Order: sequence, then structure tokens, then C-alpha cells
Amino acid sequence: MTNGREKENEDWVACIARIRDAQDQAAFAELFHHFAPRVKAFLMRSGADASMAEECTQDVMATLWQKAHLFDPSRASAATWIFTIARNRKIDAIRKQKRPEPEDLPWGPESEPDQADILALQQESEHLGKAISALPDKQRILIEQAYFGDLSHSEIAEQTGLPLGTIKSRIRLALDRLRHAMK
Amino acid sequence: MTDQIKHHLTDALLMAYSAGTLPEAFSLAVATHISMCDECRARLGAFDTMGGALMDECKGAELAADSLEATMARIKAGNPARITDAPARGKSKGMLPAPLRDYVGGDIDAVKWKNVGMGVKQAILPTARDASARLLYIPAGAAVPDHGHAGTELTLVLQGAFRDEMDHFGPGDIEVANEDLDHTPVADIGEDCICLAATDAPLKFKGLIPRIAQPFLRI
Repeated sequence: MTNGREKENEDWVACIARIRDAQDQAAFAELFHHFAPRVKAFLMRSGADASMAEECTQDVMATLWQKAHLFDPSRASAATWIFTIARNRKIDAIRKQKRPEPEDLPWGPESEPDQADILALQQESEHLGKAISALPDKQRILIEQAYFGDLSHSEIAEQTGLPLGTIKSRIRLALDRLRHAMK
Repeated sequence: MTDQIKHHLTDALLMAYSAGTLPEAFSLAVATHISMCDECRARLGAFDTMGGALMDECKGAELAADSLEATMARIKAGNPARITDAPARGKSKGMLPAPLRDYVGGDIDAVKWKNVGMGVKQAILPTARDASARLLYIPAGAAVPDHGHAGTELTLVLQGAFRDEMDHFGPGDIEVANEDLDHTPVADIGEDCICLAATDAPLKFKGLIPRIAQPFLRI
């Protein structure tokens, strides 16, 4: 990608709108080429074997098509939305558990999301992506493991040989850094 | 509700809930707290955004050669994806927040309480077995026997309040206890206290009688 991340996020939002409004297969293919390999990697790191991860990835991407009308770019970036679909599929198919979801807030009457809200949210998400890639390797790897590796802090301790306290404080440090970067 | 809450979810719990790695019983406690707490709802949004960003940053896995075609075929076949959705539901009208009502099968009047002695009642909720969740009913002024924890225990106040060696917990507050904490929660005098408790290990009671009773209580 030569156009940089700034353009990317809003491009993905536009792709999802084209799927929603015109069942646009070219837009879907663009999203698929970018996100499907990442969804599959996430599922494999969460303990799925390659064939199950492939099955679930196809489910996740088909869900994106079917639920494109539910995507709200003032509340999530495409990456965030796809991540939550993949995560729910993982809990369902791989961990075979239910996921209790919080009660919906009363958002008031449904209205078209405001363009300024969409822009702000998409830019904030990009900002966070940049802040994550700017983290020191050790902190980034720990956060990645916590998210993707399906490892508890004590399992990370076993794998890395680091004391539990060090892991917890590195994760805390990484979160502090990210919060600071977002201010 | 949301302004009175003083005890919130930890970053570790929110991150694990966002990543989808928590036992179901803990997810239930997290989802119920978030239903009552706008601050933690906003923090969860940040963790979901982080999950999306991490997924976006990572190196993708190789797809099957026909992956896109197979996905298009699924879409054309109209196979409804079996992905569980957040059920559409409005703000709760009853006493229990919506995620709890799903597990109770109704509001507080539908709970099937069992007496566990000294006026304390409990109802075990149906979750996966890697951790357990139960509703606890503690009469005003009564105590839950002094106990320690082998693992992590989350206690979320739904009604009334309790106090233990750590602090005072009112409606919406969640206490996160681990193996370091031995405590005796005591319900406030004013009102009977109803809590949701989730734990990934059996509680250890210190007195002899509670220890004998433990297998029957399943706590």
C-alpha cells in the first residue's frame, strides 16, 4: 500500500458501503485480500488448526457481506468491526462457549451517523494503530500475546521465563504509553 | 447508576473480554458490569479498537487457493452465518441487566434460589465449566463466611451493598479478588444484598462447618 494508512481506513469504510448499497463484489474482493489472511492468522494464533481457521475465516468474511448494513463507521473502524466478528466466531467455534454481551445503550432514534463523527473515529483508530507499531518490541509482543495467543499472564510467564510481575507491569506500561499517545 | 460506581473492571479483565479469552462465567460478570457502567463500556471500546489495530498490523496467514471463491459461494448460497450476535434488546426494564436475564431466564423473580444457611441463598447459573457464576442473596446485616480464594473471584453488586476488609461496595461496583485476599463480606444493614459472583476455583472456607458444607453448596 503506497497511499498510507490515513487513506486506508476511510477506503475500507467506503468498500463496506459499496457492499451494503450495491452488493459490489470488487469492493468485497479488496476487503477480502486485506483482511481474510489477518483473520485467519488471528484464529490460528487462538488455537485453530489451518483447516478450521480457513472455514471460520470464510464464515467471518461472509458475515461481513451479510451484515454490511449493521456497520456503523461512527462507532468502529472496519478493522475493529471485523475483529469483533472474528473474535465472536472464535468463542463460538473454537472455544465452544457463549459470549454474554452487554446491554445496548439507549442510543435514541436511529439517524445517519454524522460525517465528522465518522472521520474523528476513523482517525483515532489509525492513530492507535500507529501508536501500537511504535511500541518497544517487548511491550508490543506481550500485548499481541495477550490478545491473540489465548495465553493467560501465567502461561506467558511460563513461555518467556519472565516473572509474572514483570509481565503485568510491561503490559501496564504498554497501555500507559498507548493512552499517552492517544492524548 | 453509572455515576455512583467506584470499583471498576481492571485493564486485564477488559482486555481478556475484548480478546475473547475469558471463561464464560467471567464474561458474564464483565458484560453485566458494563451494562451498568458507561466508563467501562467506553474503556472496552478502546480495547476492541486495539484488537482491530493489532489484527490489522499482523502478518496474515496464507489462505486456501479458492478462499475468495468459496466465500462468494457461501454468500450466494445465502447460508446464514452461525455467528452469534448481540441479541437486539433495549435498556432493561427489570432489576437484572439484560446479560444476566438471559442466564436466569427472566428477571429477579425468576431466580431459583437455594438456601445455603443463615438466610444466605444462592442460584448457580448455567455457564461453561471452566469457571462458575452464581447469584448470591445476603440478608441485610448478614455475613458470607470468611473465605479465601484459590483463583480469581469477581463479585458484582446488583442491589444493596456489602463491606469487607478491603472496602465498601455498592450497586454496580465490582470487586476483583485473588488468592491474596481472605475476606468476610458483610451486607449493609439497610437492604438485602444481591450479588453476582464468578470464580474459576472453588472457594476455600476457613471454619470447619462451612468446609463440610462446601461440597453440597458447590461453591
